[in-house]
Amino acid sequence: MTSRARWLVAAAVLLLASAYVLPLWRVDLIAPQYPEGLGMLIRIDGVEGLKENDLNSINGLNHYIGMKPIVPDAIPELRWMPWILAGLVAGGIAVAALGRRLPLYLWGGTLGLLLMVGLWDYWRWGYDYGHNIDREHAIIKIPEMTYQPPLIGRKKLLNFTATSWPASGGVAMGLAAALVALAAVESARHGRRTALVPERP
Amino acid sequence: MTSHSRSRLLFVAGAVLLGGFGYACAGGRSASLAGSADNAQRVYVAPGEYDELYAFLSGGFGGQVGVYGLPSGRLLRTVPVFSQHAENGWGYSEETKPMLETSFGFIPWDDLHHTALSQTKGEDDGRWLFVNGNNTPRVARVDLTHFETTEILEIPNASGNHASPFVTENTEYIVASTRFSIPVPNRDVPISEYKKHFKGQISFITADQPGKMDIAFQLIVPGFNYDLARAGKGPSAGWMFFTSYNSEQAYTLLEVNASQNDKDFIAAVNFRAAEACMREGKGRRAAADYRHNYMDEFSRVGVSTRKTSVLQIMPTDCPGVMYFLPTPKSPHGADVDPTGEYVVAGGKLATIIPVHSTVKMLQAIKDKAFEGELEGIPVLKYESTIAGEVKETGLGPLHTEFDGKGYAYTSMFISSEIVKWKVGTWEVVDRAPTYYAVGHLMIPGGATAKPYGKYVLAMNKITKDRYLPTGPELTHSAQLYDITGEKMRLLLDFPTQGEPHYANAIDAKLVKDKQIKFYKLAENRHPQVTRTERETGIERRGKVVHVRMTAIRSHFAPDNIEGIMVGDTVLFHVTNLEQDWDVPHGFAIMGATNAELLVMPGETRTLRWTPPRPGVYPMYCTDFCSALHQEMQGYVRVSPAGSTVALSAGNSKVAAPSRAPTN
Repeated sequence: MTSRARWLVAAAVLLLASAYVLPLWRVDLIAPQYPEGLGMLIRIDGVEGLKENDLNSINGLNHYIGMKPIVPDAIPELRWMPWILAGLVAGGIAVAALGRRLPLYLWGGTLGLLLMVGLWDYWRWGYDYGHNIDREHAIIKIPEMTYQPPLIGRKKLLNFTATSWPASGGVAMGLAAALVALAAVESARHGRRTALVPERP
Repeated sequence: MTSHSRSRLLFVAGAVLLGGFGYACAGGRSASLAGSADNAQRVYVAPGEYDELYAFLSGGFGGQVGVYGLPSGRLLRTVPVFSQHAENGWGYSEETKPMLETSFGFIPWDDLHHTALSQTKGEDDGRWLFVNGNNTPRVARVDLTHFETTEILEIPNASGNHASPFVTENTEYIVASTRFSIPVPNRDVPISEYKKHFKGQISFITADQPGKMDIAFQLIVPGFNYDLARAGKGPSAGWMFFTSYNSEQAYTLLEVNASQNDKDFIAAVNFRAAEACMREGKGRRAAADYRHNYMDEFSRVGVSTRKTSVLQIMPTDCPGVMYFLPTPKSPHGADVDPTGEYVVAGGKLATIIPVHSTVKMLQAIKDKAFEGELEGIPVLKYESTIAGEVKETGLGPLHTEFDGKGYAYTSMFISSEIVKWKVGTWEVVDRAPTYYAVGHLMIPGGATAKPYGKYVLAMNKITKDRYLPTGPELTHSAQLYDITGEKMRLLLDFPTQGEPHYANAIDAKLVKDKQIKFYKLAENRHPQVTRTERETGIERRGKVVHVRMTAIRSHFAPDNIEGIMVGDTVLFHVTNLEQDWDVPHGFAIMGATNAELLVMPGETRTLRWTPPRPGVYPMYCTDFCSALHQEMQGYVRVSPAGSTVALSAGNSKVAAPSRAPTN
């Protein structure tokens, strides 16, 4: 690895670690009765209202359509994710310290895979909330209607317009992945050029 | 005939009638009606936009405060203070009943005359609004973070608490004084022995600690009628000026007998000197019986406590505490200009407006320029304090406020107009008619060191042809004038609730951003709070049944109650579980002889109910809370006395659909 690649990895590690404090995703809900809006922030270890009590209010509204309440303590991913991230951060530090290409490729691949799995899991979570509704006891029953919020973008759900975008932590993670990719490309190029010269740690 | 020309005719007729007073108004109204499209624009607040100012108009005999937006004149809210308010259960719910307790018992009404915003450094700060109860002497505090009356203090030895609750520069005190002097302490004496037994009192009430209003001291003063007051500032800091009339000490037919003297008095009270006098131990603690009521911040339960003594000061024991300033003809207002140098008196029956100089007054006191004494209180010479007289004002000067640009605006009750004059030169520069019989007027911040200016609001007693008629009882009204130019310009008429005697207005910014949106359920310390549906329940204690209920969109829990018997008293303790803005729930039950409850999010309110006969009684939510508001209901089964129906409160379980859904 070039020293630039190592610095890139180090920066990626910092960006990844920022996700412990920065929210990953933000969902905004606007309706005529809620001009001030309701919203949720998805963090590495929890789901919280944008404003105090927003989560309560969202759950209160969701009961009309038979949606399960969002109970952060009951979402197992929120318990695992901090540890997975810890693993990624530790791995990144090791990669930068070792300065070897193979660990970089392995770690970078794992990071990319885990980010995709994370996104898929988040989508699946939204799908489950939006589709797996108590149609028998729901107060408002609209046949065929589902309430899955968008992964990215905007969607009209009854009187609410739901908007979903990565928040600062999510952006940081994406950026981290990009830096790691850059580091990998850089290392690969450099590796080819200097293939006959043994690498020094 | 257009209403314009008809009004002009009436106006002319009015002027002719007033000719008996030897006066005819010089101004015309046509000028004020010019450019009405432009006027409309100045008061137009587009849908969704906010008004520039909050205005708090006293409700007079309505006993409440009306909150209006200016310049639109739109009524935003009625804040119940001294009168029961069935609309939200104020004075009916168990939590709010103690707020209306007095030494005379529970009183469901009062006559609310004046408002006073709290001040810091002589400027309105938007923390609290103070108001007075005239009939059963009381003062109250309205907390402007949630527009609710949070404290009421009764004033002992007072009767007709009219000169109240005017505030000092840093809200150290609000004041209360006697309109109807009475025997002090009150006792059974012949009315004809007025001069021997009847006394006035002037009370200074500590006001800067919420929940802790108390009478710091009470001056026992000659038995006149005391009227409006204002605190000094600048050179007059530490003084309070009260008008008084009936220095004749008449006790019958006051309209004649109290109008004999050429001059009555402004009472100047040095409250800093009074404090020093108390520190020297010259006050005396007198037995008294009065109530202090406050709303506990966390339980939101009203508490009424009895007080049994009051600290009194006799002015003769404390020289330097009080002086009389002779002032023509039954003055009403004593209004201090923004600099604190001038005190303007409104002699209701005078044809001039006398203006005293506080600087001259202080010098006169130093020089002992006294013309005599009244019950031991020095009377200063008129010439020694007077700074000027505003001549050719009109008739019936009542009350003056200031625009902060060197002008004063005085309401003329009899000639029904506002007169603008220049402070210092005392010359009248403009006059504008009011429709009709203006009492007080109000400039936003017009009584403070830093008036907001821009508008003057006239509060009129008579409206006759101004609105669609509504039988014998007509609305009172307010009129908004633009005062940014040389000429006053009438912008808007709007009807008001009750009879506003006085008002305050404040820049909306100082109030709107600190509004409480809901009470925090986690902080609710009501003894019967129910924070979740699982905690709901029912309990019998002898013949009293406590129902602990919750309300959330769109159901009550429990919603089926059985085992109540005729002869029981049922207390419904309803907690609104919502934690969101603008989601109150109502609670009403058939045959309740009090009112409904309107329960704010996070709050607990209690309705007392004594069912008179067996049957099934529906209860329901009265505030359209959600799409399923109409489903928010329940039943209470009432059995005959001695019945064996078990006490039960069904926490609603989701019922299985009675038939398969068709869709």
